[in-house]
Amino acid sequence: MNPLRVVVVWCPDWPVVAARASGLLPPHSPVALIDRGEVVACSAEARRDGVRRGLRLREAQARCPELEAHAYDPVVDARAFEPVIAVIEERVPGVQVLRPGLAAVRARGAARYYRGEDRAASELLGALAELTSTGDARIGIADGIFAAEQAAYRTAPHQRTLIVSAGASPQFLAPLSIEALNGGSLGEPKLVPLLKRLGAGTLGDFAALNETDVRARFGEDGARAHARAAGMDPRPVTVRVPEKDFDRTVEFEPPLEQVETVAFAFRAAADDFVAGITAARLVCTAIRVVVDTESGAVSEREWAHPRHFTAAEVLDRVRWQLQGAGGGLTSPITRVRVSPERVDAVSNHEAGLWGHAPDERIHHGLSRIQSMLGHDAVLTAVAGGGRMLAERRVLVPWGDAPPATARVAAGRPWPGSLPDPPPATVFEALRPVLVLDAAGEAVDVDQRGAVSAPPAWLCRAGGGDRRGVTSWAGPWPLHQRWWDAGRARRASRVQLVDDRGEAWLVLLENARWWAEAHYD
Amino acid sequence: MPALAPVAPSSTVREDLQARIRNMQATRLDERSLPTLPALQSLLPGGLRQGVAYSVAGSTTLAMAMLATPSAQGAWCGVLGMPDFGTEAASRLGIDLERLVLVPNPGNQWLTVAAAMTDVLDVVIARSPARVAPAETSRLGARLRQRGSTLVVLGEWPGADATLTVVGSSWQGLGAGYGYLSTRQLEVEVSGRNGMHQARRRKLTFPFDQGATSAPREISAVNRVG
Repeated sequence: MNPLRVVVVWCPDWPVVAARASGLLPPHSPVALIDRGEVVACSAEARRDGVRRGLRLREAQARCPELEAHAYDPVVDARAFEPVIAVIEERVPGVQVLRPGLAAVRARGAARYYRGEDRAASELLGALAELTSTGDARIGIADGIFAAEQAAYRTAPHQRTLIVSAGASPQFLAPLSIEALNGGSLGEPKLVPLLKRLGAGTLGDFAALNETDVRARFGEDGARAHARAAGMDPRPVTVRVPEKDFDRTVEFEPPLEQVETVAFAFRAAADDFVAGITAARLVCTAIRVVVDTESGAVSEREWAHPRHFTAAEVLDRVRWQLQGAGGGLTSPITRVRVSPERVDAVSNHEAGLWGHAPDERIHHGLSRIQSMLGHDAVLTAVAGGGRMLAERRVLVPWGDAPPATARVAAGRPWPGSLPDPPPATVFEALRPVLVLDAAGEAVDVDQRGAVSAPPAWLCRAGGGDRRGVTSWAGPWPLHQRWWDAGRARRASRVQLVDDRGEAWLVLLENARWWAEAHYD
Repeated sequence: MPALAPVAPSSTVREDLQARIRNMQATRLDERSLPTLPALQSLLPGGLRQGVAYSVAGSTTLAMAMLATPSAQGAWCGVLGMPDFGTEAASRLGIDLERLVLVPNPGNQWLTVAAAMTDVLDVVIARSPARVAPAETSRLGARLRQRGSTLVVLGEWPGADATLTVVGSSWQGLGAGYGYLSTRQLEVEVSGRNGMHQARRRKLTFPFDQGATSAPREISAVNRVG
């Protein structure tokens, strides 16, 4: 059985063309794209001077001194190829992208529609010629992807289409060098040198070998390469399915200034967003909200969800993001865009017949509080790590994943942290206090870590709420992260018990006393 | 003449009898309660009752301890209006942080948030707001009864089922410049409705004994007030 007829569209030197189209490289000078010190692609001007694919950069520069080298970026390649695919899809539906710069389509439908393979090819070339960025596209038509690809490579600037008639592919491939197995979209880097050493210099030599022997000697990869060399490439054209666009964008003209108006205007889009995802039998577990303002500032943030988003929850996230941007809007909103960040099959999130009762109920209740007070108002706690007590308490908004750093930090030993029992009240921010000695002078800690006088009084910063100190311990030095100016700390800690029998943890930093915690 | 049974201390006998009377006089049909730490059994005989509010004055640790056993056994707990809540101490007491929800700053919507939290969570600790109207507290009380959740208010609460007030506290372990805080003796006065008209005082030692089987770490019933 012969493989299906395939049309392969090839854009020569695609990485260079793409890089030039995106303005990274100058148009008419020798250039090369380098990946890990080797030339990945070069322009025709460089090739004239002897620069080849796979050369070391230094050697390439020796051959062509005016060569301009640039780092290879596969993303640029793929992105620049997108319009080319769109043009091909417009003429012939069902495109498989073999790699950026190389695309395959089934020939049968196109040949019938355009009345002949040559006409279909010239139609495609004509359409691609309108695209300025393409450069000169070439087309090869043969039986199977491999043969068509080789046919495309054997075209020339004056003869941009090569059609190998049906059934003639083995004869077409036979005289080609065995290296062709390497250059294709699926390389066999180890096989080719071995075959050369064994004396198989052309594809025909390789194809002449017995298939069973090849499989026994070279395994499955070898058998595949053998089939390809014999013009029996079994690969079908796997049509790419364009990803559905779930993004929803709402533009505001004139720009809106009120959070509630924006949220209201986005309501229909949020419904549509969730409906679109549900229609594709997916659920969205994380979304990205991008808000553009008139001043040009863009606020972008990812919101995760412990389950999956409903329309009202999407709207809540938009509202929170608008409210969160500096406690209100700084500039009118011109555009709000919501896109799915993570999706999952709906079957994984199906509720049981009786629901998962308690957790569901709790989540709804807490989400309601969140929509009342804001995303950051409902928190869960995880253990953190550090010497300061506030660092050991990490609060995460309900629905967000706890930061991985907290778990790592919590597992560390932290020598110099407080002994048990931990205090029940840890002040969110340190509170200023005064620690005085019997004479009413502020207690100080000297360079050697000794107190100037035993603490006798503890009172609020203003001098109110004066309590006598009955016993105390310390000072314990806390000297950490001198290399990090933002988090460096040089302080002395003291535990105190006042005359009402209450215990405090106070610390002296920069000659001022602060209450860190209360053992109440 | 039959040998006399060993005589139990009179205070224990009296409490036993009172507990039996209380049980016989129970006015509600369905009285459910959550277990507490053994150390708190003398303060809360029968455990933490569901559907009522407790008021605790003077100790966050005591309020946390009331949550410890329910949380460890799978109850969801909440903390309202306490930005300074020490979660490390809470987890050391046995509260499961995975089932602890904090709303540190409810703003001026204290009652709404308290109602929403008690709707879904089993036990909620809350710092009492600056002022709250009696009508609103009784409405919240009705909601608690309906939902069967427990509210532990730090500070005054008019409709509290029982009020636990710390009347004495002393710390051991610190000297004049040496040592570190290790144990605390707490004296707690319990007063309230439901057969506890008479205020009672109990002494507790912190850190609390968390063993489920061990006896309450009660030192003695010191005196009786009122």
